[in-house]
Amino acid sequence: MSPALELHDLTVSYAKKPVLYGVDVQIPQGALVGIIGPNGAGKSTMIRAIMGLLPLSSGWVKIFDQPFETSRHRVGYVPQREQVDWDFPVNVMDVVMMGRYGRLGWLKRPTREDRRIAEESLEKVGMLPFRNRQIANLSGGQQQRVFLARALAQQSDLYLMDEPFAGVDATTEHAIIALLRELKQQGKTILVVHHDLTTAREYFDHLLLLNMRLVAFGETEQTFTVDLLQKTYGGRLTILSDVARQVSQAEDRP
Amino acid sequence: MNESNTAEIGKPQSFMNRNLCGFPISAVLLFLTAPVCHAARIGDLTDTSVTEQALRFFTFSDASLRMALIGCILLGLNCGLLGGFIVVRRLSLVGDTLSHAVLPGIALGFLWNMTKDPVAILIGATLVGGLSMLTVNAITRTTRLKEDAAMGLVLSSFYAVGVCLIGMIQKLPTGNKSGIDKFLFGQAAALNGGDIALLSVTATVTLLFVIVGYRGLLTLSFHRAFGESLGIPVNLLHHAMMLLTAFAVVTAMQAVGVVLVSAMLIIPPATACLLTDRMHRVLLLSALIGMSTAALGAFFSFLGNNLPTGPFMVLAGAGIFTVAFLFSPRQGWLTRLWRQRSQSERIGRENTLKAMYHIAERREFREEGISLLELAELRREPIEIERVNAEKLVHQRFATLSDDGSMLHFTPAGWRKACAVVRNHRLWELYLTNVMQYGADHVHDDAEKIEHVLGEDTVRQLERRLDFPQIDPHGKAIPGAREVHGMADRAQAGSTGYNR
Repeated sequence: MSPALELHDLTVSYAKKPVLYGVDVQIPQGALVGIIGPNGAGKSTMIRAIMGLLPLSSGWVKIFDQPFETSRHRVGYVPQREQVDWDFPVNVMDVVMMGRYGRLGWLKRPTREDRRIAEESLEKVGMLPFRNRQIANLSGGQQQRVFLARALAQQSDLYLMDEPFAGVDATTEHAIIALLRELKQQGKTILVVHHDLTTAREYFDHLLLLNMRLVAFGETEQTFTVDLLQKTYGGRLTILSDVARQVSQAEDRP
Repeated sequence: MNESNTAEIGKPQSFMNRNLCGFPISAVLLFLTAPVCHAARIGDLTDTSVTEQALRFFTFSDASLRMALIGCILLGLNCGLLGGFIVVRRLSLVGDTLSHAVLPGIALGFLWNMTKDPVAILIGATLVGGLSMLTVNAITRTTRLKEDAAMGLVLSSFYAVGVCLIGMIQKLPTGNKSGIDKFLFGQAAALNGGDIALLSVTATVTLLFVIVGYRGLLTLSFHRAFGESLGIPVNLLHHAMMLLTAFAVVTAMQAVGVVLVSAMLIIPPATACLLTDRMHRVLLLSALIGMSTAALGAFFSFLGNNLPTGPFMVLAGAGIFTVAFLFSPRQGWLTRLWRQRSQSERIGRENTLKAMYHIAERREFREEGISLLELAELRREPIEIERVNAEKLVHQRFATLSDDGSMLHFTPAGWRKACAVVRNHRLWELYLTNVMQYGADHVHDDAEKIEHVLGEDTVRQLERRLDFPQIDPHGKAIPGAREVHGMADRAQAGSTGYNR
């Protein structure tokens, strides 16, 4: 079986300063992966680079053995919810229907089937009663669940979630966990950027430890070890980040 | 996080400060050039009465007037549709910059062969508009200045160049200069057949663009990165939208004037945003408001013979906006004020009813009437105030006043209301003491507020949670079905606070 996601020598830079160095990893299909690492480790950067939202300095991304462009309809994306203006004039259902746009194209009208899928997605995150609510009148956790429902409506095989647990209430946290397990049962592959080490071991069956480079990837039992976590979190000011700063300074000089 | 911040920089999201630096500068420049350019007008009649003028307007008998009106409606549609996306994407200042910065392009287009050739002007204006946006980008990318400063700078300097060029053109000895000055203040009557044709084309293209590209534009506006991940060509859509906006601005400019044309991009959608909260309705309303604003502007300018079109359009738009601002059902200022007032009136009535209940309770519900004197004593207020309160209750049919005006009697509705309020108060006190573990002396003030807002569903939940209590923390009975029936003879059967 081909891997769901393969990164080869993935390097990403912001303003000439590399933030992610040569990541090589193969994520098997059906894995529920937690991406763990300290602030500034490049976790969100990795997700955005996989989605083609950032230019790669080097390396390539393959999704189900295809480049992202050809397999983008098999990828669902749950970004951080701070990315959008929540006063925007749309309601919950409008946002979730955006998950269908990738399949609908430009002019085809949404069918009853599309609506059913959108409603089902809302139901799964417990947001169906709010389907007609203006998004400005949602709590943070509800906003997060709307984004999850939108990704579900994409009916993808690979889901990339950027900190879905950040700042949510207990209800939302439970809803997300239940959803992750259900998706896993359906054989979907899920990558979740996660902040909280205390719950990481419980939630995920694989961990990807990241600190500007790949520290380790593997099943949780093998990777959730003191040694590897220290490697990931311990040296915040490693030689790597010093070098990165020097490189960017050198290139800025005339 | 650091990385996400850096990634947002490319996104035009932060134009919060509207046009603070642009307008004063352009106003001064305008003032200086005012003697040069004529105030534009519709039609050339001077000595007719207002009614005659209005009649002439509405019979559409005048061909040039008809043309002006069609032009105005087209530009209103065009600007309204594009403005919808401009405003929700917080690009209002971009629209303003664009509309000011194209002026040198218009002058250059005119200089091309010294006539008011709409196509040459459109090309010149679009090129200069593009240049202005590139300049803004160059400034924000290479310096620490933010977009608003860069735009204010580009807006005013490009505009100044344009004003100088137009001044020069008017001093030139040769060439047909007619019409170039109209670009400053706007004159719908100056629209000729070529202009109308161009307006129709741009409006049609915009309409098709918005209809065909609606999903893409919606996704771009709401969440650009998500649209990109779906494979929607968001960058292409963005640039197409800005190009069409430049077209809209330039084609509208003759009728509205360069200074005020951005208002046609901003006022109609801003008004629409106050009235609805779905994007497709915002667009529809914005287009409608844009068209009526432009037509109204043309009409008033026609009535007032000597006055330019642009300001009248903007005034009409501002008028519509003001009405929406004051009376919008959701966000209207007066609507909210009125809602607050009726809320506090309701609370006042409920408090009077509660006081009446307390008096009746003290007498163990033995006598019917509650005298105003008793009320005044209980509430420590002058009797005049109690009389006013009593009349408010009578007005709402919660109570009746005896003939001499000294005794109040509950109506069934008033009795139900009083029971409900007292029940709410005592239930909440009980909830705070028994469940939330507050001291009995801490709960009264909170309950004074909560009693007015508890909904029936919450009351049911509280009752269940507290196991259908009878007595509140201060030992008083909580009004329930049984107790209310004690007074049922007087207040008519079934009038409990419970089975409404």
